[in-house]
Amino acid sequence: MTKVLVGNVKDIDIKGSRKLHMAGTEIALFRLTSGEVLAVENKCPHKGGLLSEGMVCGSKVHCPLHDSRIDLHSGAVMAPDTGHVRTYEVEVDPDSGQIYLTI
Amino acid sequence: MSAVRKKLVLVGNGMAGVRAIEHLLKLAPEAYEITIFGAEPHPNYNRIMLSSVLAGGADLNDIIINDLEWYRSNGIRLYTGHTVTSIDTVNRKVKTDKGVEAGYDELILATGSNPFMLPLPGADKEGVIAFRDIKDTQIMQETAKTHRKALVIGGGLLGLEAARGLLHLGMEVSVVHINEYIMERQLDEAASVMLQKELEAQGMKFLLKKQSEAILGKKRAKGLLFADGETAETDLIVMAVGIKPNVELARGSGIGVNRGIIVNDYMETNIPGIYAVGECAEHRGIAYGLVAPLYEQGAVLAKRLAGAQTEGYAGSVTSTKLKVSGVDVFSAGQFIEQPGTRSLRYQDEIEGVYKKLVIKEDKLVGAVLFGDTSDGAPLFSIIKNGENIKGKEKELLLGISADALGSTKGNNRLEAMADDEIICGCNGVSKGAIAEAIQSGGCTSVGDIKACTKASASCGGCKPMVEGLLQLYAGDKAVKVKEGICGCTTLGRDEIVAEIKRMKLMTVKEVMHVLDWNNEEGCTKCRPSLNYYLGMLWPEEYIDEKESRFTNERYHANIQKDGTYSVVPRIYGGITTPADLIKIAEVAVKFDVPMVKFTGGQRLDLLGVKKEDLPKMWEELDMPSGHAYGKTLRTVKTCVGSTFCRFGTQDAIGMGIRLEKAFERLNAPSKVKLAVSGCPRNCAEATIKDFGVVAIDGGWELHVGGNGGVHVRATDLLCVVKTDDEVLEWASAFLQYYRENAVWNERTSTWVERVGLESIKQALENREERLALKERIEATLALTTDPWKQIVNEPELRKNFTPITEPETV
Repeated sequence: MTKVLVGNVKDIDIKGSRKLHMAGTEIALFRLTSGEVLAVENKCPHKGGLLSEGMVCGSKVHCPLHDSRIDLHSGAVMAPDTGHVRTYEVEVDPDSGQIYLTI
Repeated sequence: MSAVRKKLVLVGNGMAGVRAIEHLLKLAPEAYEITIFGAEPHPNYNRIMLSSVLAGGADLNDIIINDLEWYRSNGIRLYTGHTVTSIDTVNRKVKTDKGVEAGYDELILATGSNPFMLPLPGADKEGVIAFRDIKDTQIMQETAKTHRKALVIGGGLLGLEAARGLLHLGMEVSVVHINEYIMERQLDEAASVMLQKELEAQGMKFLLKKQSEAILGKKRAKGLLFADGETAETDLIVMAVGIKPNVELARGSGIGVNRGIIVNDYMETNIPGIYAVGECAEHRGIAYGLVAPLYEQGAVLAKRLAGAQTEGYAGSVTSTKLKVSGVDVFSAGQFIEQPGTRSLRYQDEIEGVYKKLVIKEDKLVGAVLFGDTSDGAPLFSIIKNGENIKGKEKELLLGISADALGSTKGNNRLEAMADDEIICGCNGVSKGAIAEAIQSGGCTSVGDIKACTKASASCGGCKPMVEGLLQLYAGDKAVKVKEGICGCTTLGRDEIVAEIKRMKLMTVKEVMHVLDWNNEEGCTKCRPSLNYYLGMLWPEEYIDEKESRFTNERYHANIQKDGTYSVVPRIYGGITTPADLIKIAEVAVKFDVPMVKFTGGQRLDLLGVKKEDLPKMWEELDMPSGHAYGKTLRTVKTCVGSTFCRFGTQDAIGMGIRLEKAFERLNAPSKVKLAVSGCPRNCAEATIKDFGVVAIDGGWELHVGGNGGVHVRATDLLCVVKTDDEVLEWASAFLQYYRENAVWNERTSTWVERVGLESIKQALENREERLALKERIEATLALTTDPWKQIVNEPELRKNFTPITEPETV
């Protein structure tokens, strides 16, 4: 487990996302309206759609390919689709806005 | 813009005043230096939602409309916890109880209203409160922890909501009401009795025809004495008997006051530079206590302050649509029968549905709905526009059109179909899977089936078959749920557009809030559609929400299955030059584009581009585009035409280029494709396009509503015109009429079939109306910009194309 500084909340638009490559995986970072920053593996279990390109509604993201809905907190794919996406622990420094990812 | 901004002060940090400010910021963001005073210690919140807080469905954060960051980013100085105590109308200054002074050029009073407290002996005892603000809500929550019994005085909406909240907190609640039946201002007796029964079943008790006389108890309220001598025990008394406009400040400052602060149609008081909006204002003798009028007033005031043209506020016809403890109730207009009116009723005690229409001289003047309010918005719009409903009464009452009465036609075919046959081609759902969802999965509506199997969740083409299967397997259990534009609302497109217009709603968030969306932040169906409707209705004021657009429109390239993008430079009319071809080829080589392909619309598609490369590629291509994939004008396909072809009668290429340049970047409900053929041989296949132009000798045929895609449809002939300018005129009018009337995501082919070609012809045949439509589309098009250029030039937009900075370990 390593904790890394990956950027600042300001780098991500609200209801937007940025991706990053780490240890051979692509990770998508999302910033919700609530201010929360969440990280998941950037791959929809259905057909591998890039979740970073999807639309963020509340705390769920819709895959841009076939509209599967993924809960960004748990990584669970919502019914009627099934599956699970890997999630990563994110910490945001409330003063500086720096984002730390544990991987 | 002059360097010195005028000073604007708003007294009252509530829904009405802040709404006016929001609107003003859109119309004239630089015009004023704004200061807001609010007596409550919170930012602007949605008072209507207090009952949800009390009922446990929301917490305070959920009902905040504008957070502190909003005030900051708009440069507004906000004083919370300050009560303005005086206005110096001569020197134009206000002063607060904490000694702050602020000068103004323009002053808005939005002081709202106060709960009306009955002047009963003992009303000042502890445990006697109103239900008006967050503090009251908190007292109720605290009291419920230590006490058991509560009385609510007032059987109106507010009282019932308070009672419901107290029940939820575990208290024993009785509602005291002076009238024979509850909610008499919104409901007739029949609906009221049904509501009472429902609430009693939930545990609420009622003391009707009771006049309160005194509050009993020493220090704290212990009981209530009625005029008939009876008493009721209690630990808490909530008075919810009405509100009165808060006019103290205005009255003390010499501003004209009656019941509320008197304003004219421009929300002006009798003192120059002072305005009033919201519950504190009285317009043409009426002080409104509902949200819609407040929004309408706010819109007029904002325009006035921005120096924009406005017809003024002419008062509101109000309707009430409420959810009282989970029961839907709606009423509008004059809903109690009076001499000269007749009424139609429908009452189903088993299902708990009641509906009444009040009719006067063949016009609908009022309605009450109970249990199912889905017809509320359409009925309200009929009441407002005063149309003649003769002959349609029964249909309005029963809400049933002939096809909904159900036919069994086609069921035989569905029955005979094999279980593994695919019904939904987009998501690969078989007949067997749907049958199982109904028979063992308990699905009773198309919505259920969609949620359970994904059938009809994508293109929707199979919906009639899904409905048929539901009928077949569920029979009587099938529920016809009124479907809204998506699962987040029960409202349809027309209702939503009407409400946006009526209340001048300006953002996606606001629409969801005011129209009671049941999903936080909506979904991929409603968000893009609301974004479209708002942009279509308010082309100048609305700021497009890129986060509510699909990937293709957010990144102005088409996402492919592997996550790469494809780029289609615009090639007007399909005509390019050797120099442009060289440029495209060089860029393709430089960025290692794996495939270059001609599209169906005669353009070059550079497929397989990495997202990171997009901005650089656009920079080097330096050609417009970004709209080859959106819900917008795609391409204008052309044939060779008279320039080279021996049959060509007109210049198809020239016309194609002219049309493509005219409508480039147009936002539309769905993608729009055009074609121009130079002769009736129609080599450009113009008769399967949304708008097809076919040259004939001495003129042009104009065709509409064609589609070569999912549902192949040949066009209908709209008309024949002589000149090139007329082609433009009709194309503009047709496209704008489509933009204004189609449902989001509806291609012209389905739209033409739904509304009928005749209605479109009728709307366009009058030249004056045609030109008005043309003017509106031109005004909208004048505001479009090249998104590629914008992204190339703005780092804030460009950052989203690259991975976030190289991580460093800590």
